[in-house]
Amino acid sequence: MKLSNIIDNLESASSVDPVTQHNDQQAQRKAAMAVLAHAEAGEIAARLRDLTLPAHQDLRAPENGLVMLRGRAGGDGAPFNLGEATASRAAVRLASGEVGFGYTLGRDGEKARLIALCDALVQSRDFGGAVERDVIAPLREQLMARRTQAAAETAATKVDFYTMVRGEG
Amino acid sequence: MYVAVKGGERAIENAHRLLANARRGDQNVPEVTLDQISEQLGLAVDRVMSEGSLYDRELASLAIKQARGDLIEAIFLVRAFRATMPRFGASEPVDTGAMRVQRRVSSTFKDIPGGQILGPTFDYTHRLLDPSLAEGFVPEAPAMAEASTAPTPRVTDILGRDGLIESSPQAEDGASVGDLTREPLNFPADRDLRLQNLARGDEGFLLAMGYSTQRGYGRNHPFAGEIRFGEVEVEFAAEDVGFAVPLGSIELTECQMVNQFKGSATEAPCFTRGYGLAFGQSERKTMSMALVDRALRARELGEEVRAPAQDEEFVMSHSDNVQATGFVEHLKLPHYVDFQSELGLLRKLRREFADAQAPDAMKEAAE
Repeated sequence: MKLSNIIDNLESASSVDPVTQHNDQQAQRKAAMAVLAHAEAGEIAARLRDLTLPAHQDLRAPENGLVMLRGRAGGDGAPFNLGEATASRAAVRLASGEVGFGYTLGRDGEKARLIALCDALVQSRDFGGAVERDVIAPLREQLMARRTQAAAETAATKVDFYTMVRGEG
Repeated sequence: MYVAVKGGERAIENAHRLLANARRGDQNVPEVTLDQISEQLGLAVDRVMSEGSLYDRELASLAIKQARGDLIEAIFLVRAFRATMPRFGASEPVDTGAMRVQRRVSSTFKDIPGGQILGPTFDYTHRLLDPSLAEGFVPEAPAMAEASTAPTPRVTDILGRDGLIESSPQAEDGASVGDLTREPLNFPADRDLRLQNLARGDEGFLLAMGYSTQRGYGRNHPFAGEIRFGEVEVEFAAEDVGFAVPLGSIELTECQMVNQFKGSATEAPCFTRGYGLAFGQSERKTMSMALVDRALRARELGEEVRAPAQDEEFVMSHSDNVQATGFVEHLKLPHYVDFQSELGLLRKLRREFADAQAPDAMKEAAE
């Protein structure tokens, strides 16, 4: 399933998925990560402040590194290494046992930690609903608004070329 | 040969101090910020990310600032930085067909599905210097129009449906992806390595090579089938998580060149293709890359290899501006010992030459 599809149509994406609990939760976690990766650390932290967070600890302290980005020859052919990007990762465990992972482009380790925390909360029976409602949904809405604005600006530059018969112009 | 020399520490220290001042320039003029570089010199940042082979706008902006705007020096700094970082792994290949397109033009079809979208482009500007930009310019807000939800398929996919263009080569199951940052380059090199080399290659070098094919040195009759620029999502198959995690998005430019056809007794003629892909909005780079990629496929397509752009060893060994500048610029480092031995040899040769001339000269004088 295309990631962009999951972001745009979370509910339908979840229902299309095989009905097993596991895949359902996986799709939900992925959809949450897709939104969080586009937010700033400060924005996630501000939203999380509205929740009463359960006890949690770092399972893997935030770490910076690289990911080799791949493209495909011709856009749809065999993969090749295009170049690297900076990335950060972290893992967080809730006192109740859920382990969350945070991965993001860029060197903001704190952002990776906050994503990991959100990922753990998404999996939690007690906090899953709250983190979706108070953190992820508003950030998704904000992301969609930015994309809609950009798409409208782009659409205004769409042209209809027409060829003229020689001598007409 | 370069032989290490000692001494000059104080001069070096003071030279770097002077450099720091020269970099800052007149301190009555406000200092340029990384955000200003990233936002207002965005295409320079894109180039440093592409050729530095590291997607990170902030680092590329810092490199440009540190290098005083010398982009090759900035690329060098970025390459040196990346060498200090551990690698988590490789991303899933990005899907440029699902790009959130900000610009997309085709010079082959005027009515492509999804339309021709100009986006932010220098095309059709008059290339006249604009004095109003000198200070305090506030642009008019962008125009808006209703965005279509129609997909924007790649032009090559449309041609491919009718078999009019060759399909992209697919990877064999379990084939590893060549990485020239890990393995030394050997020739002949496969297309994955060639594309990686071109993607981080010097824009000016690739431009000249691509241009040379247009002028007849390995002509391949190109059309810009499609150029698209926009945002694509990146996913990373993280082992600890157990599924491909979204990392966020990057901006890419992609160019699909459609080139003269090939065919054989057993295969119907079809267009061939060259491919360009680079970080950010890098149109000239990706167009040049696609021209050179197609030229380098000469061997595979049974064309005679006669021009420099078709010679993969020549292209791939000279495309990297960090390697090139390293070897050219090392000439300014002390070569005193080396030069002394050359000087000694030259003096000896001149003495021998003079000795050989001497009897003749005496004979002439006698006559």
